[in-house]
Amino acid sequence: MAADRERDIVTGKSTTGHEWDGIRELDTPLPSWWLYTFYASILFAVIWCVLYPAIPGIDGLLGHTNRRDLAETVKAATDAQAPMVDRIRALPIEEVRKDPKLLAFARTGGRAAFNNNCAACHQVGGAGARGFPNLADDDWLWGGTLADIEQTIRYGIRSEHDKARMSLMPRFGADGMLTPAQIDDVVEHVLALSRQPHDQAKAARGAAVFAEQCAACHQKDGSGNRELGAPALNDQIWLYGGTRGAIRDSVFNARGGVMPNWEGRLDEATIKMLTIYVHGLGGGK
Amino acid sequence: MRFNHGMIERNSVLLLVLSFLTVTIGGIAEIVPLFAVETTIERVKGVRPYTPLELAGRNIYVREGCYLCHSQQIRPFRDEYERYGHYSLAAESMYDHPFQWGSKRTGPDLARVGGRYSHEWHMAHLIAPRSVVPESIMPGYPFLVRRLDAADIVGHLKANRAVGVPYTDEMLANARADLEAQANPDADTVGLLKRYPKAVVGNFDGDAATLTEMDALIAYLQMLGTLVRFSDVRPEHLKQ
Repeated sequence: MAADRERDIVTGKSTTGHEWDGIRELDTPLPSWWLYTFYASILFAVIWCVLYPAIPGIDGLLGHTNRRDLAETVKAATDAQAPMVDRIRALPIEEVRKDPKLLAFARTGGRAAFNNNCAACHQVGGAGARGFPNLADDDWLWGGTLADIEQTIRYGIRSEHDKARMSLMPRFGADGMLTPAQIDDVVEHVLALSRQPHDQAKAARGAAVFAEQCAACHQKDGSGNRELGAPALNDQIWLYGGTRGAIRDSVFNARGGVMPNWEGRLDEATIKMLTIYVHGLGGGK
Repeated sequence: MRFNHGMIERNSVLLLVLSFLTVTIGGIAEIVPLFAVETTIERVKGVRPYTPLELAGRNIYVREGCYLCHSQQIRPFRDEYERYGHYSLAAESMYDHPFQWGSKRTGPDLARVGGRYSHEWHMAHLIAPRSVVPESIMPGYPFLVRRLDAADIVGHLKANRAVGVPYTDEMLANARADLEAQANPDADTVGLLKRYPKAVVGNFDGDAATLTEMDALIAYLQMLGTLVRFSDVRPEHLKQ
């Protein structure tokens, strides 16, 4: 290994002075812009460590924490909304709807809360899905007035809450309350109620079964009962499907959708705004 | 004599000493904070070890790689606060081995998904995500309706205890019974709820006769983020 630094003829740059089997290495210096940026970033890191919390147990000089930042931004947003939100909280829900400015605010706030909390089941816009009711039409399981909607949102349906809306459809097939033949008959009767093609003889026999077993909740004419969340069976709106197979499944295994209670999870004003938004989706009574 | 690389490289003892110094600095930077980890756990009430069924569900969550698309860590930013709720606390994952914070959100954060949707929704969504969320790109997991194989559940509790989760002897002794009771609406769950307060009990998958992987996974999802009552938390509890 020779220690002679010499100038390379081709590039004009100096070599390291090392030589391995006749191979020499160029000693090209780092570009100065890169080197100074590197030094500057080391300096930046030192300043950062002093100003911000970087070492366990030592707060930065600026006293910054993300949690305090969050508290401040949330407080700023809450304060900005407070004039409207406080009035919505204080006023009865009907009064909120009479004030156009409050109504517009409540609808916007309600939509945000709906899309975040409710849309997973009821879909954006409230169109619903199989097993999750459409909220944009005027067919209501538990009632579509402002008070009804607020109660449903607040306490839920078959939820953990003590005041939840409750009703329990019996499992006519699975628990052996009706024979398979009786179930077939009552399914034909429900098809008849909803004016679908059906077997007349079976439906006539099914009417008796229906009157005895189903009419207490669904009414004799199949118009349903909102006190019990019993859906109307004499229309074309089906939550779990209106085909022969789907109805049979409903009679056999029973249905009982669950909606969580939102009291405690959402604040008072948000529940009111949600109520107004859902009521305004198209079907509010 | 100039002090340069040539000098260090030609003196093996000097090279050894300086290498050791360099590695030591790196080591201190990585190891010292670990001794301070305990101080980052907030003193909040309510966090308890997972019930056997939740733990089995959590194992399925890990097995299926849910963490690859779902995080379980709400960061202290206003947008996350508005969407998901209170930011996650270190205390809330102190019994997680390994933790499921995740590093990527292809799907939403799940740190507080518990109680937000019904069991039926979770069933429909896990079997066919697009049946309830049309824009979803999540794959379906219809095969989870198979029977849950949890013969080794006591072993899982023991393994967690070995790394610091405070499972008691009573919990170990009742693990099998608790596992089955939690998903059986007719079972006596007094002991289970005493051992594991706030456990969600019920028939998760609509099939009372069989204990399925769905039961376990939904039991786990329904408790996420529900243990700490934030209405009772005061700022001094959150001090780290």
